[in-house]
Amino acid sequence: MTALLQTRGLEVAIAGKCICRGFDLAIERGQCWGMLGRNGIGKTTLLHTLAGLRAPLAGATLLEGVTLDTLPRRRIAQSIGVLFQHSEDPFPGTVLETVLIGRHPYLAAWQWEGAEDRRRAQQALAAVGMEEMMDRQVATLSGGERQRLAIATLLIQEPRLMLLDEPANHLDLHHQIAILDLLAGQVRDEGRALLMIGHDLNLTARYCDHALLLFGEGETLCGEVAEVLTESHLERLYGHPIRCAEVKGRRVFVAG
Amino acid sequence: MRPSWWLLAGLLLLSVASLIFALAAGSVTIAWPELWAIVNGGEEGLGRSLVLELRLPRALAAFATGGMLALAGALMQVLLRNPLADPYILGISGGAAVGALLTMLLGAGGMWLTGSAFGGALLSMLLVFALAHGRGSWTATRLLLTGVVVAAGWGALISLILSLSPDAQLRGMLFWLMGDLSHADDPWPGLLVLALGLGLSLPLARNLNVLSRGELQAGALGVAVGPLRVRVYLIASLLTAVAVTTAGSVGFVGLIVPHLLRLVLGNDQRLLLPASALLGGSLLTLADTLARTVAAPQQLPVGVITALLGVPVFLYLLSRSHR
Repeated sequence: MTALLQTRGLEVAIAGKCICRGFDLAIERGQCWGMLGRNGIGKTTLLHTLAGLRAPLAGATLLEGVTLDTLPRRRIAQSIGVLFQHSEDPFPGTVLETVLIGRHPYLAAWQWEGAEDRRRAQQALAAVGMEEMMDRQVATLSGGERQRLAIATLLIQEPRLMLLDEPANHLDLHHQIAILDLLAGQVRDEGRALLMIGHDLNLTARYCDHALLLFGEGETLCGEVAEVLTESHLERLYGHPIRCAEVKGRRVFVAG
Repeated sequence: MRPSWWLLAGLLLLSVASLIFALAAGSVTIAWPELWAIVNGGEEGLGRSLVLELRLPRALAAFATGGMLALAGALMQVLLRNPLADPYILGISGGAAVGALLTMLLGAGGMWLTGSAFGGALLSMLLVFALAHGRGSWTATRLLLTGVVVAAGWGALISLILSLSPDAQLRGMLFWLMGDLSHADDPWPGLLVLALGLGLSLPLARNLNVLSRGELQAGALGVAVGPLRVRVYLIASLLTAVAVTTAGSVGFVGLIVPHLLRLVLGNDQRLLLPASALLGGSLLTLADTLARTVAAPQQLPVGVITALLGVPVFLYLLSRSHR
């Protein structure tokens, strides 16, 4: 069976700095990937390249065996969803209107969102704990509420692969766990997959079964979490002493 | 039916009302029964030619111009993701003005004036497009900056032409710059381009809703952002070019009408685009009728009236919406 998303000999650079070279990655259904690396190492750029929003210097990204740049954007959007680090809203709009744009890839040019789309939107808002805020103006939301709104938008897009740029950003501790439980649950139960960028080693260890480390200068390391998230790899990754301990059967990382 | 559809129906009624008002009002006021008879083909004589040959073409030209400006403004605001954008922000009116003023300076008029204004607008549109495209990415910021700088260049040329022009021509030039419909006697190009612009932009409306949330987000939701931007730029520019050619640079309609409607309707382009065309058309028809009647026999530049009407209404709505 072909992998959900696969890269072959991918080379990505930004501002003359190499992020990865000859990079091969295969994300299978049911997998959760964590991407780690220092600030400015190119995590977001690589994520955008995997989503087909940016062209690589060399190599190819394949969605279920088909090269991304041969697929129409609409078709890609039905399979790959992206949670961005920043959301823009220069014009006024309500929470419900904002969530509904997640249905865009499924609607024909003249088609309006129907009752079914509205039902899904309400469901998604309820899943992120925002069902009471449907008529609120987006401009009045807090950072954490905006983040949950963006996640609800991603949920009704129903992508098989979710590419998440710091999903825990702005979320309080309870919502970090609740949202990641929700997303990881979808991956497990519905045969989706996710790849998330993060800086919290403990969240990565808790939710991801695979990890991808970006060391810079094109050097990468990917594999199963148990082999990749080790003290020596992480100390090299961040240039900072790190200790690993077990608390209630979970691996916990502490900065030294 | 949703409330927003009622609003669209209301705007349609307003459009018809503004056209009737434009036909009835003027140096000779034409009463209802007489107007009805003229429209139905009865009634001979002065009244008939006044309404059908003078007022009707001018009212329709005003409606088309206002509709084109408001639609172009709504499109530009989403394209540049900047609520302060108007149809002139990328220098199209400046190019048209330089063409028109040069023709006036040379003493030509009529077709020459129309042709050179349209030529100037097209030149400006292609210039901004080519410069903003250049090498590398075509971002909204780069397009905006290129347009603003090109517009400033046209502004300098306009000042130069005005300072070189003999006094006899200055008045006509200033009227053109402020927006003036007294020479607009052929409404058809405007009406056709307005219909074309609406027909081409309405199927893109939901794509534009997504684009207003950012280019990356739009791409991730399945919008082919590059081709969409080029199409919207071309549609908005063509609308502006024809509007400016018809009536000179009428200010405020393109900025204020989409804004007003956004305060009431929200930012759904599927409603906003047709509503902008209707309200912009009605507003300019009313403003032009006032421009030729309030100080009769003196005619005022219509751009002055749109600004005088638009500014207080807009400020009022803005202060109300912030509560």
